[in-house]
Amino acid sequence: MQEKNRGLALFTLLVYVFLLSPLIIIAATSFEPGTIMKFPPQGFSLKWYENIFKQSLFMETFKISIIVSFVGNLLALLLGIPAAYALSRFDFRGKEAWNAVFISPVLIPGIVMGFTMLKYLVVTYHLPMMPALFIGHTVIMLPFTIRVIASSLSNFDFSVEEAALSLGMNRLRTFFVVVLPNIKSGIIAAVIIAFLDSFNNVEISVFMTGPGVSTFPIQMLSYLENHFDPTLAAISVLLMLLTAVLIFIIERLLGLSYFTKR
Amino acid sequence: MKKRYVYWLMLPGLLFLTLFMLLPIIHTIGSTFFQEGQFTFEGYLHFLRDRYYVDILLTTMQVSLVTTMACIVVGFPVAYHISMLSPRKKGFLLALAIFPLLTSSVVRSFSWIIILGKNGLLNSWLVGLGLIDQPLEILYTPTAVMIGLIHLFLPLLIISLVGVMENIDPDLVKAAESLGSSRFTVFRKVIFPLSIPGLILGSILIFVGSMTAYTTPTVLGGKKRVIATFLYQNAITLNDWNSASVIATIMIVITLLVIGLMTKMSHKFRVKG
Repeated sequence: MQEKNRGLALFTLLVYVFLLSPLIIIAATSFEPGTIMKFPPQGFSLKWYENIFKQSLFMETFKISIIVSFVGNLLALLLGIPAAYALSRFDFRGKEAWNAVFISPVLIPGIVMGFTMLKYLVVTYHLPMMPALFIGHTVIMLPFTIRVIASSLSNFDFSVEEAALSLGMNRLRTFFVVVLPNIKSGIIAAVIIAFLDSFNNVEISVFMTGPGVSTFPIQMLSYLENHFDPTLAAISVLLMLLTAVLIFIIERLLGLSYFTKR
Repeated sequence: MKKRYVYWLMLPGLLFLTLFMLLPIIHTIGSTFFQEGQFTFEGYLHFLRDRYYVDILLTTMQVSLVTTMACIVVGFPVAYHISMLSPRKKGFLLALAIFPLLTSSVVRSFSWIIILGKNGLLNSWLVGLGLIDQPLEILYTPTAVMIGLIHLFLPLLIISLVGVMENIDPDLVKAAESLGSSRFTVFRKVIFPLSIPGLILGSILIFVGSMTAYTTPTVLGGKKRVIATFLYQNAITLNDWNSASVIATIMIVITLLVIGLMTKMSHKFRVKG
């Protein structure tokens, strides 16, 4: 019995080595002083980190990515909070179907969504690229926003809301004064999770590029086509640090069980 | 009165998705059946007649199938092991799996270049150990794409399976153990059957995800196309919007078929289990 367990533990360890070693290797190569990525690095230098900030395209696309996920998050919250409230507060006919509707952007292949949005919104209806990018990102963020906020609402004791209503407060005011403050941490977590989804998105953004419009991951991909220096490794390290910090915050707000529930 | 009020709350979201997701898709699917104003299946016939197109579709299917199988074979025992650990260790290992899951797919695909390249780590180790004389050509082949995809999706399967296994009633396991079942028998008769619906769900996500993945094949696949990179190439590089629309429709149909079939299967198991 013990034997089998030890075998399993060893296997698990190997799998984790497979999962994490590429990320560790890439982190090590970011300190390479030479112009080509090498592992192990031939020295220690931070010059490729400096190089990121000298590349105006990286700085500009980073700004665009932040703006896109900010606008997308705002729209997704405006659309998602009422929907999440309806789905977790009330029982009504066709609830399953409505749930499926709001999950559907996860099920449609991203690359197909990106292409069809470009074809229909930009080419056929002449929507400028930037608003199309905002819209595309809102669509992919919405399911995450709704799911996280709905699960946070399902932990909320609605009898508190009933009490406020019975004391004569109107529904809208009750929502803002009583319900919303109680799901604050759920909303923050939803914003972070949707942010990560938008910030890392390639499939929609890759179609929505034009003069002065492109996102950070797309800029990384196009840099990769022509360069083999450790700049991307340095960027990877900064992105991993950002991810780690955000996961830590999500863990504080929701607990990791959010990820294991499906 | 209350009922209508509920629908008003969801209406903006529904309208948004209809306008910006559903209509573009319907518009694209519709356009594949018309050429110069005439109703036709020519777009699809053209696709199926071309050996090159069909090859891309088959390569994609093969890569996705192998990726899904590998994730199941590797992920299942790992999830089982994690689910039996103490909450502290479990939380730690879950966090370590969530980290790559939320890390940019560009970063994760890119990290394999230095390992799989011709003068990469793997080749220099294998040559150094005397296992091979010539460096292996792995980078920019479907094998590299497969490795990248397994790396991309394995955490997803592990995490969702741990969730499923945690939900198995511990009394069932205790009952089986008190009746003298060995741990392996408990696994075979209790844990495995009860995990099947979750396993099927995870497999759908991985299969559909690998079939439609764009970033990993772009970074690791080189000139060899899969269906998602082929869609991009047709739309943007070749400006062939008709072919791109046909490919997009084929991808939607396969995705919905896989989801439909597997969901049906998982329901079947759920009734039995």
